[in-house]
Amino acid sequence: MSGEPTRRDRALLLATPALATIVVLMLLPMAIALAASFLTSTPYGGVTRPFTGASYVRFLYDRDLDDVLVFDTTYLRIFARSFIQAVLATACCLVIGLPLAWYMATRPPRLRQGLVLLVTIPFWTNLLIRTYCWVLLLRDQGLVNQVLQGSGLTQAPITFLYSDGAVLLGLVYASLPFMVLPIYAALEKLDPRLIEAAYDLYAGRWAILKTIVWPLAKPGAAAGTLMVFVPALGAFLAPDILGGGKTLMIGSLIQQQFSTARDWSFGAALSMILMTFVLGALMWHARQRSGRVLP
Amino acid sequence: MSANPFDWRRMPFLRLASIAALLFLYAPLVVLMVYAFNSNKVALIWDGFSTQWFVKALGNTDLQRAAINSLIVAAVATPISTLLALPAALAFERGRSLPGRAFGEALVAMPLIAPEIVTAIATLVFFEAIGLHGGIGNVILAHVVFCIPFALLPIRARLREMPRDIEDAAHDLYAGRWQVFRLITLPLLVPAIVAGATLAFVVSLDDFLITLMVAPAGATTLPVYLYSMLRLGVTPEANAAATMLLLVSIAAVVMAYAVSPRGTAKR
Repeated sequence: MSGEPTRRDRALLLATPALATIVVLMLLPMAIALAASFLTSTPYGGVTRPFTGASYVRFLYDRDLDDVLVFDTTYLRIFARSFIQAVLATACCLVIGLPLAWYMATRPPRLRQGLVLLVTIPFWTNLLIRTYCWVLLLRDQGLVNQVLQGSGLTQAPITFLYSDGAVLLGLVYASLPFMVLPIYAALEKLDPRLIEAAYDLYAGRWAILKTIVWPLAKPGAAAGTLMVFVPALGAFLAPDILGGGKTLMIGSLIQQQFSTARDWSFGAALSMILMTFVLGALMWHARQRSGRVLP
Repeated sequence: MSANPFDWRRMPFLRLASIAALLFLYAPLVVLMVYAFNSNKVALIWDGFSTQWFVKALGNTDLQRAAINSLIVAAVATPISTLLALPAALAFERGRSLPGRAFGEALVAMPLIAPEIVTAIATLVFFEAIGLHGGIGNVILAHVVFCIPFALLPIRARLREMPRDIEDAAHDLYAGRWQVFRLITLPLLVPAIVAGATLAFVVSLDDFLITLMVAPAGATTLPVYLYSMLRLGVTPEANAAATMLLLVSIAAVVMAYAVSPRGTAKR
């Protein structure tokens, strides 16, 4: 192909409208949110001068009655809870997703495509509705309790909803396709002859999993981990609907600052702290990628 | 396959685990639909098949207005984002060696990577800062941004697997750049463009959090209205409305999958 400069210049121009849209409607808003986090909130929403770091100070300190700053762990605890929930959700997705992806990748092509579609569909359907479905199952008069009581296993309904466990379940349910699809994409390329060769050389199932399947699945699992962890860390719907707003997570805490609490500056500061974590996760993933053996 | 003493493809544990995982994904959706079609008002007692809750939901004027808003937003955001994504896909796939391509790609992927809540509040603060009060127009602008990467996916995938020989042959036969695009590239891309537009449409239709934060009163979309409905409690009417939205998304995705080249809708 010819590589004359005019053609390349033109190719670059083609991306301009899309890039400009994202710069103006995404990058610029992020910058403005960063600025807002250093401003002072007005009582009815919005921010104004003076510039101050008060919102970041508030994240760690509380003012007591004498107007003295005291170290306060309220918000740190919410961040810690979100972090733990996101890690647990990622681990659960990995445990459920790895066998499913491996199973999918070893099916004949036609069945494989059907399975991919089955795993893809939930990814494209409304997350609010998918989360709400669990309310129907888990509430006191829900299906699970009906079945438990109907079968005589329990007498009184068990309260499943509005707990950390329910939130975790919602997070896992929301993110499972994000874990399965990248691992599947990685394993799909696996050459079955590798495994047959290993069998012929008397490798056991476990040895094959460890030495052939897992190294190939790893880049997919790393991508899946990123795609599960980041949305779970900032999740709003699972803690809001299944946690009943009782156990706050970062996402619901930020949303609160823009709805009931009307503290835009603090909400923006929380968002920027969350973004720092996300960038950290991205950098972790970039390092994983650069360290992998196969492209 | 081969004459191995045992077939490594046959793994009973894997099969069971996979069936369980798929059940986990689908059982809740089935439960919702069963509840929506139950004629009994107390959702738990099965009282026969009925579509009365769908009729009731369709007759709810607030729900109608929200559904119309959703359709307006998706119908406007879809063509805009697809038209932005198409040239960007060409730039990324046909200008592989361009300087700054990686940066451009990272920029386009940003709406996928940033947590939704952060995008939502950043957009809200931005609209407030520039004093943009365009009603439903604000919602459309916000949707265009996150629809771009989804519209881009199938188009890029198609370009990647499309042999360049055809385009090069046309070039050799003195076809101009525009002619090559119009007569060769575009017709071959049509299925991928349809798939991309469908995915953008679905993503726009399903978006909840960004719309919740950005939409002013009167520009409420269906998912946001559903959210307020569900907050008030579990009702068969809400189940029916949720089921309808669910079925529209599923139908659209299956369609996108059917028209797109093998398996591109998945990534």
